[in-house]
Amino acid sequence: MPTFNLKINNETHAVEADMDTPLLWVLRDQINLVGTKYGCGIGQCGACTVHVDGVATRSCLLQISQAEGLNITTIEGLSENGNHPVQEAWKDIDVPQCGYCQSGQIMTASAFLKRNPSPSSSEIRNAMHGNICRCASYNSIEKAVKVASEKLS
Amino acid sequence: MKTSKQITFSRRSFLKTSTLASGGMLIGFNLFNACKQDVVPPIDISKLNFNDFNAFIKISDEGKVTIFSPNPEIGQGVKTSMPMIIAEELDVPWDDVYVQQGVLDTKNYQRQVAGGSQSIRFGWEPLRQTGATAKQMLINAAAAKWGVDASECTAKLGNITNAKGETLSYGDVVKEAAVLEVPEGVKLKDPKNFTIIGKSISNVDIDKITTGKPLFGLDYKEEGMVYASVLRAPAFGLKLESFDATATKAMPGVIDVITIGEKVRKYFEDGKNNWSVRLNSNDKVVVIANSTWSAIKGKKAIKAVWNTESNLESTEFHDKSLIELLEGKTFNTMRSDGNVKKAFAEADKVLERTYESPFLPHNCMEPMNFFANVTDEKVHLVGPVQTPAAAATVVSDLLGRNIDDVHVEMTRMGGGFGRRLYGDFAYEAAEISNAIRKPVKMISTREDDMGTGVYRPAIKYKIAASIKDGKLTGYHLKEAAINSNMYGLIPNFFPAGAVENYQVDVVNYKSNITTGAWRAPYTNFLASAEQSFFDELAGVMGVDRIQLHLDLLQKVKGTSDERIQYNPERLEGVIKLVVDKSNWGNTKEGVYQGFSVYYCHNTHVAEVADIIMDKGVPIVKKVTCAVDCGIVVNPLGALNQIKGGVIDGIGHAMYSELTFNKGVPQSDNFDSYQLIRMGQTPEVDVHFVESIENPTGLGEPTLPPIGAAVANAIYAATGKRLTKQPYMNNMNVEEKIIG
Repeated sequence: MPTFNLKINNETHAVEADMDTPLLWVLRDQINLVGTKYGCGIGQCGACTVHVDGVATRSCLLQISQAEGLNITTIEGLSENGNHPVQEAWKDIDVPQCGYCQSGQIMTASAFLKRNPSPSSSEIRNAMHGNICRCASYNSIEKAVKVASEKLS
Repeated sequence: MKTSKQITFSRRSFLKTSTLASGGMLIGFNLFNACKQDVVPPIDISKLNFNDFNAFIKISDEGKVTIFSPNPEIGQGVKTSMPMIIAEELDVPWDDVYVQQGVLDTKNYQRQVAGGSQSIRFGWEPLRQTGATAKQMLINAAAAKWGVDASECTAKLGNITNAKGETLSYGDVVKEAAVLEVPEGVKLKDPKNFTIIGKSISNVDIDKITTGKPLFGLDYKEEGMVYASVLRAPAFGLKLESFDATATKAMPGVIDVITIGEKVRKYFEDGKNNWSVRLNSNDKVVVIANSTWSAIKGKKAIKAVWNTESNLESTEFHDKSLIELLEGKTFNTMRSDGNVKKAFAEADKVLERTYESPFLPHNCMEPMNFFANVTDEKVHLVGPVQTPAAAATVVSDLLGRNIDDVHVEMTRMGGGFGRRLYGDFAYEAAEISNAIRKPVKMISTREDDMGTGVYRPAIKYKIAASIKDGKLTGYHLKEAAINSNMYGLIPNFFPAGAVENYQVDVVNYKSNITTGAWRAPYTNFLASAEQSFFDELAGVMGVDRIQLHLDLLQKVKGTSDERIQYNPERLEGVIKLVVDKSNWGNTKEGVYQGFSVYYCHNTHVAEVADIIMDKGVPIVKKVTCAVDCGIVVNPLGALNQIKGGVIDGIGHAMYSELTFNKGVPQSDNFDSYQLIRMGQTPEVDVHFVESIENPTGLGEPTLPPIGAAVANAIYAATGKRLTKQPYMNNMNVEEKIIG
């Protein structure tokens, strides 16, 4: 199997994998970064969202062969001490129920707020529309993105 | 009429203590049953034995408290709220409390099940007793140290104070307290003096969740662990004939390809069964690989031949069969008051409607998975399951192992909704590990999860009411469901007791499609049907829909009928509260409201949905929800559950359905199955009825009524009655998503 050099959370990892292996499974099985979650494998639910060069990206659709040379950030690398304004807002509002989808929600929200630090309510709803929360904690997610935007601005 | 259910709880020796070798006091206790006479809690914290005690509290020399929380966490917040109840009566600052998931349980653990919104209701009294008894032992130890009477001492926030004003901390006296006799008849706090219960407390795992720490079953790993992907029949009614794994075996990362099913066949042949088993005994092909991706890819490359074993059913067939059953004469009558037949014969007017709902998969965000490591010494199982005790029993029977060799560890669960009551994923993992004798993680893909599920069955109701001289004289509800639905006490929910002539009849079609409990089991669609019917009935009777409910409830007050499950005063309370808070009847132009009220899972709920119509598409803008759940243990957690239940209910009533064609589920992932997303969600405004009654369930009861509130609001807006879910598929409109 070929070897790929990945830059994840500012560290370089050399991993051996089939070239079509989704980044998601490399992160989870090989690099032990399990905060990135599997939900659907087809880019529909957002549970596997990571940042690629700062942009929210579905890691289940990004093949390892395309990931070399990219700056990849996972939930584990979003902040030094779990204190990114979005993480802080998630704690303030106590968003999670089962919690499974929340790293993906946080990664989507943080990439979105970087681009648009003071979004309107409808911009928040549009930005978060691609992330499913089966527990339907949507009211809290919406509020937490708003709170995070206030922390950022 | 039932007021509150008494929970039998013997105080005698439900709790025992030991002094930890590392310092501090360990309290082992059993919820719901007494400890065995000869057991003592261990003196080493790593030796906690959950067969002897189903939960433990450790109080360290520094006064820090660790609670090994007993109930599985599926997102309903009990990992936070149950320890809150202990900490309240123990009287320690919440900041000094740490919570760890109780690792294991088997036979002594009576209710280590997360389901039916009952964790808090059953745990309330015993958890309070445990905390209060431990506090009394600490007080007794301090009193002995001071040489004063314990009645002169008080305890608060981890400190004990005597009449002279001297103070000892819990940590100062744990060593002495640990060897004292366990007192009986300890007094509980007056709810007025609660300082932790009723306060909003964040999820205890919040830091780990927001930083992506390993918590869930899918995150669990052990040295040497391999991955397994299981190929199951692609249609209900098909059976594996043969397969060719040549291509799979040649793929990098693939270790082996095996079949399982033999153990399950033997299990059934031996006459064994368990309510949690939804497995079929057909062979399944399992790809074992050194990574998840290799296992998934390897499975796709298997060439399998399938034979028809039984009916290959389609949705059209189910629809036709259920309607035929509803129109037929063979029913099981679950409750019958008065004479429905006579009431209908004498009626001035009769209203009759049929309501229809589809199959629903659970779609937990974390697909089914389980870790198993079967060795000659033991069977080690780790993962997300709502019923660990049943899992241990079934696996011991399946593998022919002593139950004492089977250890089940629970992880946090990425959603349950009823799916994880049925442990087939754990049983498969155990059979796989037994075959390969390696630690293995069985992982379902989303397609496996949705396509081979344990579904909420398709259900149809025919409801009829008779009206005589302007009064409701008869109510006749017939249910036709795939496999089974209506359950024991449900025929005693509203409007039972309020209508003189009342009957509930049930009939089933036995299908080979696996079905089971789904969030708010048995009532999740029943409430939609009945409360839509009542809305229309009020119109036909020419009375106000709110007043119709209040008048009917009046008849139930003071009833001597012990079977009636709901409390009419409490139902009236939530109706009045929701009318008050929803601005009922006084909305802005273009906003239409729908009302619904329901009792289930011991909780009374009323809801009003506000919708607008945008080019013929209903948009739910706001839901006002009034809840009577007794004392609210953790308002923050309670709001999460309530709002989640409402939005989940809207999503499934409006958008979600699973259909079948020749036994094949027609959706297998989120591109072909719609779950509600943020752009479709309303703001949910929650109001609690103030109460000092014991707490009741919250994970489920706000879901059932919301479908009708939405349908009734759509009627107010359009004049069209929606009787078939999902509503959006039956409105002839293109779905539009707004931000």
